Amino acid sequence: MSGLIDAIGPAVIIALVKVLVTFVMLLGITLLVVWAERKIIADMQSRVGPNRWGPFGLLQTLADGIKLFFKEDFRPRTADRWTYAIAPIATMVPAFLAFAVVPFGNEVTIAGHPINFIVSDLNIGILYFLAMGSLGVYGIVLAGWASGSKYPLLGAIRSSAQLISYEIALGLSLVPIALVAHSLSTLDIVGAQAGTIRNVTFFDGIPVLEQVANIFRYVPNWYIWSQWPAFAIFLVAGIAETNRPPFDLPEAETELVQGFSTEYGGIRFAMFYLGEYIHVVVISAMAVTLFFGGWSGPGFDFLPWLWPLFWFFFKTALFVYLFVWLRATLPRLRYDRLMWLGWKRLIPAALLWIMVTAVVNTEGVSRNVRLGVFAALFLLVLAVVLRGDPRLKEAVTPQRRRTQGRLSRGAA
Amino acid sequence: MVHPAHPPDLSTTQERCYKVPDGYFGQYVTIGIFAVVGVALVFGTLSLAKLVRPNVPAKDKYTTYESGIDPIGRGWSQTNVRYYLFALLFVVFDVEAVFLFPWAVVFERLGTQAFIEMVIFIAILAFALLYAVKKKVLEWL
Repeated sequence: MSGLIDAIGPAVIIALVKVLVTFVMLLGITLLVVWAERKIIADMQSRVGPNRWGPFGLLQTLADGIKLFFKEDFRPRTADRWTYAIAPIATMVPAFLAFAVVPFGNEVTIAGHPINFIVSDLNIGILYFLAMGSLGVYGIVLAGWASGSKYPLLGAIRSSAQLISYEIALGLSLVPIALVAHSLSTLDIVGAQAGTIRNVTFFDGIPVLEQVANIFRYVPNWYIWSQWPAFAIFLVAGIAETNRPPFDLPEAETELVQGFSTEYGGIRFAMFYLGEYIHVVVISAMAVTLFFGGWSGPGFDFLPWLWPLFWFFFKTALFVYLFVWLRATLPRLRYDRLMWLGWKRLIPAALLWIMVTAVVNTEGVSRNVRLGVFAALFLLVLAVVLRGDPRLKEAVTPQRRRTQGRLSRGAA
Repeated sequence: MVHPAHPPDLSTTQERCYKVPDGYFGQYVTIGIFAVVGVALVFGTLSLAKLVRPNVPAKDKYTTYESGIDPIGRGWSQTNVRYYLFALLFVVFDVEAVFLFPWAVVFERLGTQAFIEMVIFIAILAFALLYAVKKKVLEWL
């Protein structure tokens, strides 16, 4: 065994083991996420949800997978043979490739080799993540076009317009992170968020508030506190990138049957399905990494390597829950509202936030000025939210509720 | 709880670059292994499914779905591709992002002059976006 390790080199073995472990983990998580979504949605709709296979229906996804595995696979006569075959692969591969730059645990030393819980710490990690997200569009567009059918074609056209619009916002929302972290490597970004906030001098000299400000010493030094506008843009654009509700227009069941994947069945359909859920996990993990300190959290002497893993998966699970919650709560956006939100709100907001971040991080601008700018922006956003943008409200309010309101007003 | 992101490495620059899990090129090699394993897994699943699934051809199975009736016309009928203007704007703003990222990483070292230049750059593109809005290019009918 040791001879084999010497021949190939321990580094290659480490890389291989990392890759395999990450794969098994990612697939396991994805199966759990599919089950969790069905269970949570069922709970929110006062149903029981899957409960036949395994305890609490845990093996439901596996059962579904096996079922799809044994399904007949037939291609429409009008379909373009090779493009039709490649499309599901082109959706799934970039989705899991993006996970390669997500650090999911602290560095550990095994047999004298320092090992990071990350497949590859690219120095352009963020760019790589964005690139893989963009590649996912190809699978959807090719699937819609290659089916030679009308509904998938419409789904593909919608999808390409939606994804390219929100991709810009997604990319621009990460520029401020690069500004404050001075790096595009995800490991460096997590490292920069370690510890707690210590240098708040804004309240110095004010009797009571000075004492209250001590509480900041127990607050983790995450980017969410200073970069929350970037986070908001990232989250909205990220949900749009995954084609999840309320941005699931490419596969809008009520309008387009099943959208781009209408003509797919069996194992090929399972690929699209799996790809979508891996994408959800990746976006959640990336949100945790960039804004919520990644794997950082309180650690204990008992199994010290385990706690970072626990905190990472715990935070990621919260984000996955948010995805599911949004699906259960929000109705689908109308298409013109979707484009309006992406181009006329998110992109200008992201550009503005890059400028604000650059100004407050320029040398010579004191920390108090920075805090003042953040406070002013916070009040501004609060004012906008409380006033409510009528168009945004119209975009997300269910038709029924609006009509009811109008009727009751009329009656009064 | 401060952990060094990169442990000090005392090997030569070239060795460092090609070291597999952590070196500059080594990291891309790892990504390559990841991609190869992934693609192999996907192809393996597809091939395995091909072996076990039934194949019962019937003429009507191979028509496309059109709400239960026989499809009318061809699937690749003429479609109004509305998003080509969006696509043009996308190219502009995506290139902008490409310029913004390197600037953001070395922002502190470049200082005020680079900042002002970047403000001008963003302002020009923001003006272009405003122009597109005024021209009603971004209206999706």
